[in-house]
Amino acid sequence: MNGAEREVLLELRDLEVGFKTKHGIFRAVKGVNFSIYRGETFGLVGESGSGKTSIGRAIVRINDVSSGSILYKGRKISGPISRDLDLEVVRTIQMIFQDPMASLNERAKVDYIVSEGLYNIGVKRTEAERLALVEKALLEVGLLPEFASRFPHEFSGGQRQRIGIARALIMEPELVIADEPISALDVSIRAQVLNLLATIQKAKGLTYLFIAHDLSVVRFITDRIAVINKGELVELAETEELFRHPLHPYTRALISAIPQPDPRAERIKVVTVYDPACHDYAVDTPSWVDVGAGHFVLANASELARYKEEMSSSA
Amino acid sequence: MRSPTRQTLATTCKDNVMAQGDPIIQAKDIIIKFSLRGRTLTAIRGASLELYEGETLAIVGESGSGKSVLTKSFIGMLDQNGWIDSGTVSFEGRDLARLRSERDWLAIRGKKISMVFQDPMTALNPLKTIGSQIREVFELHHGMSGKTADHAVIEMLERVGIDNPHERHRQYPHEFSGGMRQRVVIAIAVACKPRVLICDEPTTALDVTIQAQILALIKALQRDLGFTTVYITHDLGVVANVADRVAVMYAGQIVETGTAEEVFYDSRHPYTWALLSSLPQQGIKGQLLYSISGTPPNLFNTITGDAFAPRNPKALRIDFVRQPPMFEISPTHRAATWLLDSRAPAIDPPPAILGMRAKLGGAKLGGGVL
Repeated sequence: MNGAEREVLLELRDLEVGFKTKHGIFRAVKGVNFSIYRGETFGLVGESGSGKTSIGRAIVRINDVSSGSILYKGRKISGPISRDLDLEVVRTIQMIFQDPMASLNERAKVDYIVSEGLYNIGVKRTEAERLALVEKALLEVGLLPEFASRFPHEFSGGQRQRIGIARALIMEPELVIADEPISALDVSIRAQVLNLLATIQKAKGLTYLFIAHDLSVVRFITDRIAVINKGELVELAETEELFRHPLHPYTRALISAIPQPDPRAERIKVVTVYDPACHDYAVDTPSWVDVGAGHFVLANASELARYKEEMSSSA
Repeated sequence: MRSPTRQTLATTCKDNVMAQGDPIIQAKDIIIKFSLRGRTLTAIRGASLELYEGETLAIVGESGSGKSVLTKSFIGMLDQNGWIDSGTVSFEGRDLARLRSERDWLAIRGKKISMVFQDPMTALNPLKTIGSQIREVFELHHGMSGKTADHAVIEMLERVGIDNPHERHRQYPHEFSGGMRQRVVIAIAVACKPRVLICDEPTTALDVTIQAQILALIKALQRDLGFTTVYITHDLGVVANVADRVAVMYAGQIVETGTAEEVFYDSRHPYTWALLSSLPQQGIKGQLLYSISGTPPNLFNTITGDAFAPRNPKALRIDFVRQPPMFEISPTHRAATWLLDSRAPAIDPPPAILGMRAKLGGAKLGGGVL
């Protein structure tokens, strides 16, 4: 997978997202740079409070960008934009949320929940056309068309998450931001939803931004992963490359902490703990560098030299 | 070759905890019912479970499988509309299923059997300082007061890894991070030196790196204080990390139980197979994951046969008719599936399970099946 000849669908340039608090501005996202190529699944991994969700919300224009920019198909979609572009963003970038119990309107029928987005993009449709679209979207996610007349409380968690996916699909999106789409689901339902996401992606050529904290799930589903810590990207690489040669100590700590369903491996496992004090950034400040083949890491000059040495010795 | 009779353990299973004599808690044929909107729901449908002194037992299952309900009956914390319909829970010569009065329970709950809950946000009182919430335990169960209680609180906080306890015991829960709060909850639970600590999804609300620390803390405390631990979780990674023995629950019953190695590397129940195979860790990139179709059964209805049969693509005809008994695979390993009956056809487990078996190398656990 060489980035050079692939189409960049979404690009984040020095993205900053800040929130006003009593004690001034809290910088949730600090100068984040990455690109997502069309058709890939890009994973954004971090712990709670790392800013991963803020990035997702900034892309769909829910959070304001305090500086930097977001480019979608080469056009700037952050800050003030034209109404036409806004409608295009609303339609073609869709979100799937974490908790299917909280993200569906309890008082609306599935029919309305799924097609609500269609009302907002200014395309005139007859009632019959709308119903046909709802039926198609429900079938695509493995639900029966007659479910359209029911309310969310009549469904299980897995089914509700399918409704959430149908609601995104009906807009015929190009980019889907899935924010922890399976972490609230039961183990046996997770596999169903992951499979559904993969099948739809193949059928429709969708691009996913998959936001999660669980590296084992992310490893399975993504092509590339960016690791974020306290609002800063610390490492970005193709998924298997990241697992083979994690460079940044934070990435290493995250990977070492993944629980494996294998008692013998778990018994001998050593969990490394990330201590931010291991960086000496007082004089030699870090920057976001490509160490080769699209593997980026946040490092200063001396760390970079060490990482490169490690990479060449293990390769 | 597929006989359900006693079979010898063909491997050196160093974590074999069977030989420890009498169980500390023994639950037998427990049936727990709830009355909900005029209807009766059977949440636990005849579950038997032993807990041995000093071990770590993990109860695995999906939401609604009854894992929390079963353990809550050990500490008398069933919701108002629930009751133990039949069965016994023996603990220190008493039958906990018969305890009714709150006074009887106070001698057990929190003192002998203690619990750590999933969400440290809601388990603590936001209006009281951390120190006073731990102190309460010492005052109530140990009759301490004044300086002695203060001292005990600070020592406890130190023990669960809270830095600067002299200052921090005066702080409120909102001043603690999620992981630190869970440490406080654990401190409260172990403060009165319980014999059994029940941890209900103790790390589900936490980040992976913090999860690893909390699991290590519970292990260290168990080693120092010598209690017996029960984990309730749906995370098989956590189970692999902590458990000596595993009990798999489905629809209010225990469908398989064995040592961690037996359940992970040599599972026999189709539900255990399905659970293990559907993990993303077992998946091959670019291919679909093994997935269980359908949803668990509605426990308002009477269930005939094997509760998992409707979701099991390879279910036998008998699975829909009669409930399978517990078949013994080894002295430590049992599973309730007709596949273990001598008359059952040979059915191969999913590929991922065969992969797990291969991890055992030459050494095979249990009987010579396959």
